[in-house]
Amino acid sequence: MTAVDDRPETVAPAPRRRPNRLLALLRNSWRQLTSMRTALILLFLLAIAAIPGSVLPQRGISPEKVNEYFVDHPDLAPRLDRIGAFEVFGSVWFSAIYLLLFTSLIGCITPRLRDHFRALRSRPPAAPKRMARLPQHTVLPAPPGGVAAIAEVLRKRRWRVEVRGDEVSAEKGYLKETGNLLFHTSLIAVLIGVALGSWYGWSGNRLLVAGADNAFCNTRQQYAEAKLGPRVDSADLPRFCLRLDDFQARFLPSGQPEFFNATVTVDGPDEPTRSADFSVNSPLRLGDASVYLLGHGYAPVIRYTDRFGNSQLSDEPFLTTGDMGLTSEGLAAFPDANVDPATGARAPDQQMAFTGIYLPTAPEQAPFVRSQYPTERNPVLNLVAYRGNLGLDAGIPGSVYQLDQRQVRTGKVKEVGTKLLRKGETWKLDDGSTVEFLGTERYVTLSVRHDPGATPLLISCAALLVGLMGSLFGRRRRVFFRVVPGDPGEGSPTSGSSLMEVGGLPRTDYPGFADEFTQLVAAVNGAERPEAEATERAGVREGAE
Amino acid sequence: MSALSDNLVTFAILAYLVAMIGHAVEYALGNARTRVATAAPVRELVGAGGGVVPTPPAPVKSSPTDDRPARRARLAGLIGVGATAVAALLHLAALVTRGLAADRMPWGNMYEFVLTVTFIGVAAWLVVLWKRPSLRKLGLFLTLVMVLLVATAELVLYVPIVPLVPALNSYWFIIHVSTIVFASGIFLLGVVPAVGFLMRSGYEQGKRSFPYILAKRLPGAVGLERLTFALHAFAFPIFTFAVIAGAIWAEAAWGRPWGWDPKETWAFISWVVYAGYLHARATPSVKRNVATWIAVLGFLTMLMNLFGVNIFFTGLHSYGGLD
Repeated sequence: MTAVDDRPETVAPAPRRRPNRLLALLRNSWRQLTSMRTALILLFLLAIAAIPGSVLPQRGISPEKVNEYFVDHPDLAPRLDRIGAFEVFGSVWFSAIYLLLFTSLIGCITPRLRDHFRALRSRPPAAPKRMARLPQHTVLPAPPGGVAAIAEVLRKRRWRVEVRGDEVSAEKGYLKETGNLLFHTSLIAVLIGVALGSWYGWSGNRLLVAGADNAFCNTRQQYAEAKLGPRVDSADLPRFCLRLDDFQARFLPSGQPEFFNATVTVDGPDEPTRSADFSVNSPLRLGDASVYLLGHGYAPVIRYTDRFGNSQLSDEPFLTTGDMGLTSEGLAAFPDANVDPATGARAPDQQMAFTGIYLPTAPEQAPFVRSQYPTERNPVLNLVAYRGNLGLDAGIPGSVYQLDQRQVRTGKVKEVGTKLLRKGETWKLDDGSTVEFLGTERYVTLSVRHDPGATPLLISCAALLVGLMGSLFGRRRRVFFRVVPGDPGEGSPTSGSSLMEVGGLPRTDYPGFADEFTQLVAAVNGAERPEAEATERAGVREGAE
Repeated sequence: MSALSDNLVTFAILAYLVAMIGHAVEYALGNARTRVATAAPVRELVGAGGGVVPTPPAPVKSSPTDDRPARRARLAGLIGVGATAVAALLHLAALVTRGLAADRMPWGNMYEFVLTVTFIGVAAWLVVLWKRPSLRKLGLFLTLVMVLLVATAELVLYVPIVPLVPALNSYWFIIHVSTIVFASGIFLLGVVPAVGFLMRSGYEQGKRSFPYILAKRLPGAVGLERLTFALHAFAFPIFTFAVIAGAIWAEAAWGRPWGWDPKETWAFISWVVYAGYLHARATPSVKRNVATWIAVLGFLTMLMNLFGVNIFFTGLHSYGGLD
């Protein structure tokens, strides 16, 4: 992460010429924003700003928990809501931090991209006059091949080499800055990928009860909740229909789930009707949509026969309450009950509804409130019957899983009895009507999604990782060789032959540079001078002296 | 097999305790060694100053007796290292038997997770020690961390073996969790020289109050800082990869690569803080101890993600196994 090394630390000194004050202010602000200090502060703000997102319930993840929070903290919650604490990651302040951070990032890497592009095409700089001042320095006999031989050794070791007269400059480790810039550019690409996903992506959640009558088609109205990106229209949703044929689940004796599998029939205008399986870790991929299995439960099938003898069926899913044994609660409503077949007149105060608790494995004795195992070993349905105006015609949106409690409070709906039913049992109500618990159907909770940003996201993440490795483990360094004629006057063993002066400069923090330098010099020194020849020459000289 | 694994963990804790005591003894006896070290030059000085005075045989005699504590200290330190190695082997055996008993990778819950992270930490420590034996005295802090974490795992987090829930049953489990475990282990090891550096650099600046005085016999601050950086630079890309792998898995399992689940949020926070550390470390104007504080903060966010998120928050990553 050297991106950082060259970031201006403070505001540069004011130029001599008196500039336009506004321009100066803008320029200084820009420099301040793109400085490393600001970037670090923004990074920390980003980390801190994310914390409330984990502490407080978030609308995007668990809206029902946000509602609970409102109930539990009636004073605090609206105030928190006003500052966006329940939608932290979409809030103005969170966005402001990361947008500033990315602006700072762009401001930093743009000039560096330009510089690095130039550096990649430029030649290593000329050797400094006084090489002894470099961190690494040595003087050795030059190889007989001279400058050309030195350059050859360096090229073999993949240095970028430039020969100028009797000097060789070489540089290596451009990968560090390349990686660095790739990493930071990829970060921007990641952000773009996320943005693409939220603009052009869509998702919908719903429950799907098994059976041909409960099939659903991919339209916005058929989802319990649907989110469409700002650039997506309802008409853009791909057309297909799904029918749940079977759902298998396996559990351990402790009740912990072990295996899920859903079998569906897919039907679409673009593809033939086919059967497909999917489960928790392998979603159903359908071209421009993926179907994910999020949960499962039971939908009790209840038949109500009113006092006129008209039967109606309900297989509304009962929602699981979150315990291991899949204790479920739900509502079977029959708003069309007790319509007089002779006159066809509806009786709004004679509608029927049953709220219930379903226990797949009821305990041996009462209380029958908590199921003991998630499969149907001893299924029991505990029903409470209500009669009256269910309030469904009032046009007030209500939950299909709960009885409208307002109607109960105002006495428009009255409780008429409670009964524990096992499979196949019938309960005769006071007015002669009957309710029968026929059995259950399985249902699954589905999420259907399309995220066009996912592929760009994956590619940018891969690039990010590659860049990160380059920037962390790459090391930019330079070496310089200068071949000088030996000084004949000194009487050293090398007198008469030429010498090479070598200097090395690590451009980044690189503790191992000294070792590499020593090895490199040894290689250059030994490459063109086989051991035997060297000793022989030395021997001759010794003899001469 | 499961009981064997539990016993091995207990033995590993005992071995870490022995190692800690060994290192602590070395620390305590180190006083004597420093006394020798300072005393010796004084004697030489006397000898040199009183050149004519015939050198008394006393120093020659006394030096082995003075040397003995130093040798003992060294021995204690080596016993500490040996016990750490034994503990690491027991630790590994405990993991292997746990995995065999469960017939899967032993990373299914918090207990197993902490056990594996600490093993990675200690294994990496042995590698570091092998390369740089001079860092031995850090072992006291490392074994202290080991005893604390492994004992916490055994006493608080322990759960019997159960198979994986379907959500975890994927090959991404191995890719994502192994890399997270590995990176966490290296970060765990990294925090030891980081804290050591913070104390030692204070000590080298002349601070002698409580936490700094502990660093009296630690290796030099520069080496500690360099090790801190090397470990973090090594772990950070692995952590990044692990988070990306998690995102790919989350896309397959939950339908979105990133959903700000509490665990994801804290992984993001840790990532940002560690990225801040690497940037601060690379910026000359930021002091090294400021940068190192950021690394320590990063580790605290990792701890928060492991313990805090598993225990206090509910989210999709609720596999802690504690109810």
